[in-house]
Amino acid sequence: MLPTASLAAVTPHQERLARGAVAIVECFQEIPCNPCATNCPSQAFALVSDINALPVLDWDKCIGCGICVACCPGLAIFIVDGSGEQGVVRLPYEFLPLPEVGATVLGVGRDGAAVCGATVLRVQNSPAQDRTPIIWLQVPPEHIMSVRHFKF
Amino acid sequence: MEQREIVVIGGGPAGLSAALQAAHSGARVTIIEGEKRLGGQLIKQTHMFFGSHKQHAGTRGIDIATLLENELRALPNVEIILGATVLGYYYEDGALTIEDHEAFRLMIPKRLIVASGASEKFLAFPNNDLPGVYGAGAVQTLMNVYGVKPAQRVLMIGAGNIGLIVSYQLLQAGVEVAAVLEAAPQISGYLVHASKILRLGVPILTRHSIKEALGKHTVEGAIIHRLDDRWQPVPHSEQQITCDTICLAVGLSPLCDLLWQAGCAMQYIAELGGYVALRDEGMQTSVPGIYVAGDAAGVEEASAAMVEGSLAGLSAALSLGYNSPADEELTAELRQQLDDLRAGPGGAKIRSGLEKLHPTADNPKEVT
Ligand SMILES: Cc1cc2nc3c(=O)[nH]c(=O)nc-3n(C[C@H](O)[C@H](O)[C@H](O)COP(=O)(O)OP(=O)(O)OC[C@H]3O[C@@H](n4cnc5c(N)ncnc54)[C@H](O)[C@@H]3O)c2cc1C
Ligand code: SF4
Ligand code: SF4
Repeated sequence: MLPTASLAAVTPHQERLARGAVAIVECFQEIPCNPCATNCPSQAFALVSDINALPVLDWDKCIGCGICVACCPGLAIFIVDGSGEQGVVRLPYEFLPLPEVGATVLGVGRDGAAVCGATVLRVQNSPAQDRTPIIWLQVPPEHIMSVRHFKF
Repeated sequence: MEQREIVVIGGGPAGLSAALQAAHSGARVTIIEGEKRLGGQLIKQTHMFFGSHKQHAGTRGIDIATLLENELRALPNVEIILGATVLGYYYEDGALTIEDHEAFRLMIPKRLIVASGASEKFLAFPNNDLPGVYGAGAVQTLMNVYGVKPAQRVLMIGAGNIGLIVSYQLLQAGVEVAAVLEAAPQISGYLVHASKILRLGVPILTRHSIKEALGKHTVEGAIIHRLDDRWQPVPHSEQQITCDTICLAVGLSPLCDLLWQAGCAMQYIAELGGYVALRDEGMQTSVPGIYVAGDAAGVEEASAAMVEGSLAGLSAALSLGYNSPADEELTAELRQQLDDLRAGPGGAKIRSGLEKLHPTADNPKEVT
């Protein structure tokens, strides 16, 4: 169902992952949409006039601010950080209740299957995010490219 | 008999944009909406919309409705009539009959813009008359307009954008979704919408359909089965699903009764959802003075509905002599926005539908 083969194309090289937070744009189909590109403060997305074109992100320009995560109507953007001893995944979460900071949750993958335990580091829910909270999860570094949702 | 300059039927994104554009051009506009508030389908859409900045992409549907409504209410030359249904159009004298809070009104507009949206298709299967079989629109209205939890456990039929989005919204409301069935080998909705519910653990079963609903007084479950390459049920592939609601999201057809009554040349185009009116580039139908926009002109998206509405509003106002030097540029800009929205692979169906839309021998009326 999910064209997971395309995942390689949106995964930054190891050196970039180790450098710090970066956006992973899991948008694999040409649809008329472009808020990610128009809202990025670093102009990290390739500027194209065709709004159907797939978003192309320059990982070296991305500063991992997370603005694109909350404005993507596909909820298809995640921020991963592989620079520390523990990995961090930031994901959009439009459900209530929101988890408590420090809570232990179950990280799940793109298919909803359990991946690993995770700890909630931060719950980001500013007015600018317009009701799309972003949850920061601490996960083992090898799972930053697998955890995409969580249960608790 | 009340006289009006431009009447817009329907207060969804198409009608709102049509009224806004016509009013900006200087015309006096009356918008008539059957519901008690403006917004059409948008008032049920709690998710962020696609499109580009010009069509408010990244904003939630409900908030787009509020944006457009506030803009409209700020204009002095706009009359808004809510809770009133247009019942008929009399082509002999161009009169609309309207039921307005149990009063009967007759209105003759100089120009008419029909932006009545679309109605949901139904599906035939045994026991589909059991309470608990809903259209996706009804489930969405209960949940997002009235705040009523519509079910405990739902079986969704149809993996187009509506089926996928309503499934996601059901999950947000704390309802379980047993599965989403899709008869085709692939889902027709966007992959990003599918991914949202897949990571929540909802199975999307392609090449599957409902065989029958189960239950004595209300829905208690369903039998589903697999379909082969020729869309025939695969023997012994039946599976029983427990659910208290079956939700149908199997497509929409344009609501065009008023256009038929007006004698507009109509054509059946499957890609656009059913019968649609022939129209010119400015959205004028074969009957001079009658325009169409949005889902009523072909089932598409709110983004395209807004642009079509603006085009219809602009050409209706122009035909009444409300012109400005910027009109030509604006028309070109709106046409470009429509082309851009329809340019990708997702727009292929709409593009092929629109290509077929032309006068034929059965449909001799010239579009002028
Ligand atoms: C679940 C779901 C999700 C969607 N998601 C998206 C999305 O993410 N992005 C997107 O672009 N689009 C989306 N859409 C599609 C979008 O909502 C529609 O394409 C759009 O609303 C069509 O606009 P419209 O103005 O033509 O019709 P509508 O919004 O249907 O409005 C028509 C209005 O006309 C009124 N009316 C009809 N007949 C009469 C009459 N005789 N008298 C008075 N009033 C009348 C109706 O009450 C209604 O309010 C979604 C639709 C659904 C159902
Ligand atoms: S995380 Fe920030 S810098 Fe990186 S792509 Fe998103 S918006 Fe741009
Ligand atoms: S905003 Fe999200 S869905 Fe839209 S193009 Fe960008 S990544 Fe894809």
